[in-house]
Amino acid sequence: MKLGVVRFPGSCDELDALRACRLVGDAELLWHRDRDLRGVDAVVIPGGFSYGDYLRAGAIARFAPVMGAVGEFARSGGLVLGICNGFQVLCEAGLLPGALLPNLSLRFVCRQVDLVVERADTPFTRACDPGEVLSIPVKHTTGRYYAPERILDELEANGQVLLRYAEGQNPNGSLRDIAGVANERKNVFGLMPHPEHAVDPLTGSTDGARIFESIAAHVEALRRGPLAAAGGSASAVVGRGAA
Amino acid sequence: MSGGLTSSPHRELGLTDREYERIVARLGREPNGLELAVFSLMWSEHCAYKHSKKLLRRLPTEGARVVMGPGENAGAVDVGDGLVAAFKVESHNHPSAVEPFQGAATGVGGILRDVFAIGARPIAILDSLRFGELDSARSRYLLAGAVSGIGHYGNSIGVATVGGEIYFEGPYEQNCLVNAMCLGLARRDRMVRSAAAGPGNLLVLLGALTGRDGIGGASILASAELGEDGAAKRPSVQIGDPFEEKKLLECSLELVDAGLLVALQDLGAAGLSSSSSEMASKGGVGLDIDVSKVPLREPGLEPFEIMISESQERMLCVVEPAKLDAVLEVCSRWEVRATPIGSVTDTRRLRVFDGGELVGDMPVEALVDDCPLYDLEPARPAAPVYPDPPRRLADDAPADVALRALLRAPSVASKLWAFEQYDSLVGSRTVRRPQQADAAVLQLAPDGGRGALAVSIDGNGRRVACDPYTGAVEAVLECARNLACVGAEPLGLTNCLNFGNPEKPHIAWQLEQAVEGMADACRALGVAVVGGNVSLYNESGGGPIYPTPVVGMVGALPDPALAAPAGFVEEGHRIALVGPFAPDLAGSELEKLRGRLATGLPQVDLEAQAAALAFVREAVRGGAVASAHDVAEGGLAVALAECCIAGGVGARVDLAPLAERGPERALFGEGPGGVIVSGPPEAIDELARIAGAVPFLRLGEVGGDALEIDVGAATLSLRVDEARSLYEGGLPDLLQ
Repeated sequence: MKLGVVRFPGSCDELDALRACRLVGDAELLWHRDRDLRGVDAVVIPGGFSYGDYLRAGAIARFAPVMGAVGEFARSGGLVLGICNGFQVLCEAGLLPGALLPNLSLRFVCRQVDLVVERADTPFTRACDPGEVLSIPVKHTTGRYYAPERILDELEANGQVLLRYAEGQNPNGSLRDIAGVANERKNVFGLMPHPEHAVDPLTGSTDGARIFESIAAHVEALRRGPLAAAGGSASAVVGRGAA
Repeated sequence: MSGGLTSSPHRELGLTDREYERIVARLGREPNGLELAVFSLMWSEHCAYKHSKKLLRRLPTEGARVVMGPGENAGAVDVGDGLVAAFKVESHNHPSAVEPFQGAATGVGGILRDVFAIGARPIAILDSLRFGELDSARSRYLLAGAVSGIGHYGNSIGVATVGGEIYFEGPYEQNCLVNAMCLGLARRDRMVRSAAAGPGNLLVLLGALTGRDGIGGASILASAELGEDGAAKRPSVQIGDPFEEKKLLECSLELVDAGLLVALQDLGAAGLSSSSSEMASKGGVGLDIDVSKVPLREPGLEPFEIMISESQERMLCVVEPAKLDAVLEVCSRWEVRATPIGSVTDTRRLRVFDGGELVGDMPVEALVDDCPLYDLEPARPAAPVYPDPPRRLADDAPADVALRALLRAPSVASKLWAFEQYDSLVGSRTVRRPQQADAAVLQLAPDGGRGALAVSIDGNGRRVACDPYTGAVEAVLECARNLACVGAEPLGLTNCLNFGNPEKPHIAWQLEQAVEGMADACRALGVAVVGGNVSLYNESGGGPIYPTPVVGMVGALPDPALAAPAGFVEEGHRIALVGPFAPDLAGSELEKLRGRLATGLPQVDLEAQAAALAFVREAVRGGAVASAHDVAEGGLAVALAECCIAGGVGARVDLAPLAERGPERALFGEGPGGVIVSGPPEAIDELARIAGAVPFLRLGEVGGDALEIDVGAATLSLRVDEARSLYEGGLPDLLQ
């Protein structure tokens, strides 16, 4: 299994993400100007400040050549994980619903938070238990998840809210304490917390590894056959690797 | 060449008549405007250290681990496994006092460039900040702006901000201090120096466009040549662009890694002038620069402006002609501007051309080495230099009232409000985050090394004001103690000497005493000073700042998992006080709250201090203690409360053995040498048994939900949740 981590100018957490990916499989960096995803089984868009983010977080990165390829990959069912700035980029690219607004505090916040796993039957959370609490850090200025009420209701109804901040721990004013959402097909997932910074007991927590283990388990299951994969996903996800 | 200016502006540029005469003698003629601008900056205090250089020679700079000492862009020490740690602290005080956000941001940007200029990847930032008391709106504005600026730059560039300290004292009201330290890692065999070499090699400017920012001191020339309107609009504070620097950082490290550079140097104060002449001086060569080739942000810059502009995010490198295409290719991939602007010569002169016209021609040696160095004329002040701090606590306030007041005093209270605005995690190295332990701990595994580095920055200016020699000794000891608490052995030290006007005898005395104290403490601990920075003339109508030598220290520890946290860990653990701690109220936070500033601090036995540090270090490394926290501002009572707050658990302690000179000293007295440790009973018993000559006092036991202190006649009790809300609310409450 191979994961690809996109590197934009201004990415900051791409090497951390690469390390986390390598705990569960092969991984390599994908350059922002490349349109070739090099046959990876899943794409990670890491945290940072792509192109400086001077316009609006993620607003420039969505136009990068690599994002054209990522969009096609996602539309064909490939797994795409967006972390922090990656989440912002995926929202800007229209691959995920909603938007990330400046934190209510209007300040950067770096803090360990507890997250509740809302759905454990998706490619990104299948290694978790439903209701399980994960300790993972956040660090961002623009992390307040927003979508119109109608969309939020739809997300809830479709089971697209995969992670929520535990009660009293919402660090940014996200609506309905949403920390991470998937698209309807559940092959694209974005979250503000940084699972790649929670894969080493020395640096505070290993709970973030569950996200990467989930991706690996899903890709492996696809290898064994679509039925095995569907067992780990609410909707039938057909990844590229299954062809 | 254009002729000299009609007026004689050297005084306006800060040069004395004798300095000017010396320049004329070295050139054999009057300097023209460009040359005078370059000389005035190269011979400024900032670049030439003319009032501090002689004094700084007293600091020990050699040690077995030292790879690069003072004089390079950053100091460097060997950390094993083919890795070196490069680090330096630098001030950005004056710009931050004018515009705190950009001043602090570009301070971070500047110190990052110093570190990656030697081929090291920056892995951590720490900041030492000083402001006036928070009842002042100005201080609140400066604090909020500086913290935000540090976060903006460090977070955006992806370097973890892992620690620092903030103090609030009246004398910093007009002159705030923003000192930024950066720690980086390099492979020893891939480091690059700044010495230009190889006549015929090309000088290539990397990074941002050159504009008029930072042209401050030379504005007299600007107005002489450009008219007063232009001068008025010229901003003297630089504007930072962390995205530009992020690209420059990645690009520079890739160039170094690929072996494409002969030399690399950042552009800081005095811009092209100082970077080029320093590179030429170190290499014993000359440089020709064509300013018409320098890419400009706006048209119409004069050649002298191009030479002294302090536009940020620029680097200068020397490249062999055959490797130029490879260099340009890497730069193009990173979208970093790269422009050949000159070449290395064997003339030992810095020659500046504007197209075909020679507009400046100066001997490199004259620029770099010939600035006169001045002897200080120190004299101990006859009268107090500083007013007493404002009185906030009555002398007869009971101990529990004093403890509550101390916990929420802004200099003592939690700095989480600031630390949460910094990314302390990027890089996957951060084993101990801000306030989790006395020093930040960064594992080396992601970089192919073993073990971890610990880093701390310290310097209590008020105690230095009470006693410059002992205060500086204490700053070094506190840094070393913070390292010992996580099991780290010091490898090297960097300092930033923030003082007032050294031409005044009492300031000169403070400076000399502080350097002596720092030198003695470094010798006692066997730590070399590998670099640093001096910031003088921090004075205003309100008088000088407290003398503030800030010490940054880097150490190594074998097993990051054993780095002790500051907080108590488990009910039933025993608590002990280790080290030659002799609490005294002189210079304490309690005395500050009572509106008093002491003259003189108790003498320090450096040998006993060093022995205690080694003992604590070994105890932590051996896994004997579950927590370790040094006793600092606010004394034992505050330190114990911090251990309880961090651990979320209470403690019962008996300080009666320390109370023979009064309960107040035992509770709130300060002084170097004390570390509070906790651990399982048998481990503490074993430590007591092997302590030998190191003072070891059992204090009590971890447990319950309150801190209960017995001091002989009196007892004091504070619930941990109340202590936490005081401690964590101290800063935010004042900023509401």
